[in-house]
Amino acid sequence: MRLDRLRPLVVAASLLLLWQAVCWATAAPPFILPDPLRVAATLWARLDLILAHAATTALEILLGLALGSVLGAAAALLLAASARAKAWLMPVLVASQALPVFALAPLLVLWLGYGLPSKVAMAVLIIFFPVAAAFHDGLRRTPPGWLELAQVMDARPWARLWRLRVPAALPALASGLRVAAAVAPIGAVVGEWVGSSAGLGYLMLHANARMQTDLLFAALLVLCLMALLLWHLVDRLLRRAVFWPSETLHPG
Amino acid sequence: MRPAEAVAAPGLRLEVDRLAFEGRTLVEDLTLEVPGGRTTCLLGPSGVGKSSLLRLLAGLLPGARRSAADGLPLDGRIAWMAQADLLLPWLTVEENLLLGFRLRGAPRPVLAERRERARHLLARVGLGEAARALPHTLSGGMRQRAALARTLVEDRPIVLMDEPFSALDAITRHRLQDEAAQLLAGRTVLLVTHGPLEALRLGHELRVMSGQPARLGPPLRPPGTPPRTADPALLALEARLLEELAGAPSAPLEEAA
Repeated sequence: MRLDRLRPLVVAASLLLLWQAVCWATAAPPFILPDPLRVAATLWARLDLILAHAATTALEILLGLALGSVLGAAAALLLAASARAKAWLMPVLVASQALPVFALAPLLVLWLGYGLPSKVAMAVLIIFFPVAAAFHDGLRRTPPGWLELAQVMDARPWARLWRLRVPAALPALASGLRVAAAVAPIGAVVGEWVGSSAGLGYLMLHANARMQTDLLFAALLVLCLMALLLWHLVDRLLRRAVFWPSETLHPG
Repeated sequence: MRPAEAVAAPGLRLEVDRLAFEGRTLVEDLTLEVPGGRTTCLLGPSGVGKSSLLRLLAGLLPGARRSAADGLPLDGRIAWMAQADLLLPWLTVEENLLLGFRLRGAPRPVLAERRERARHLLARVGLGEAARALPHTLSGGMRQRAALARTLVEDRPIVLMDEPFSALDAITRHRLQDEAAQLLAGRTVLLVTHGPLEALRLGHELRVMSGQPARLGPPLRPPGTPPRTADPALLALEARLLEELAGAPSAPLEEAA
């Protein structure tokens, strides 16, 4: 139990040691590879600047995650509720995934500007598909025994979807949302790289161009921490929402 | 509680043309008549197609004509209890019992009245304390009892049950057979079971299904009314039924009855 709690700390400490060891072994100059202490000092000294940019990125991530999840879940519901919608929308969805989303980033900046909307749109585009695909998969895999029971019970179609298929698909939706939480920061940062005047991605690009590698590392560290925090938060919420064990998802 | 007599429980007729499973013909040109307001037990070896007959009657499989003796449609008059308990893991036991009414969009007063009935039935099957528990916290036997109560709370004139007591220990099974017989009195019940004694205790009429494609033996009507006590005469009948199910030659059962 105790070891379990300490494990992340042990892993983090080992990685730091490894980093330090590489610095000693290669004797690389700080603008190539700054050592951990130097990065920590920079982080402390420029904390105000980094946190201001982090707030922008966090807002982009959260908005993108919320919007992308809602849209993805809604699309899955639409596909499950109507066979006609599925026939028309499914090819579009699949084709849309053939487009590399990163290639769209410059277009999004061109259309939506340097500000928040283009980054949120980027995150939404990345999040939408995993959520829609996972939820749709869950909605299609309702255990047949439950559907048969509903049929003998003369379930209304809407009640069958809402009271049976949707709750049965929640564990699948939850895995989609976990993936979404993990990739949301990528969307926001890629958007920032292509064109922006704020955010951690912008700060990293800026620092890189000026050989302020220690600042780049400090920003990267904060981005990592934010992504981890987000994932754990989402994971906890989902565990609370999907409280039943998933083995019972497929009885018999 | 509605008196059993008030429930119009029609007889059933099922005509199967052909039923195949993984390329094997399970049933061909078979007609099953289930008398109204009585309990019929269907016996036979595993895989002979008993559950399939039940599903055909429930309207879950194509390939058969089913009709009620009163000529009215069967929809909305059947309750079905599958072999698996099919409890929804996100609902409490009590909410699982009310599932049918939720799925049909029953109005509030009906739900409140049915909730009372659900609690009463849970107490009858020994789950009074577990009403608010989630299914995964219950044992297999308790889950089966919850499924039984869910089937009963539907309050339908026709009840199709697939091995409803299979997960129970011998004592609980015996007790629940008595409870079920009381609660199901007056309804048209078709009960699939592996246990000859269970069939003899509960059935007004017994049918043995065997062979491939399967044939139905003539109806066997043990003396007395269910739930019968397991007296020596019934046990002797059980022994002969077991012999027949095991394929050993024995005197025709109608004579014994």
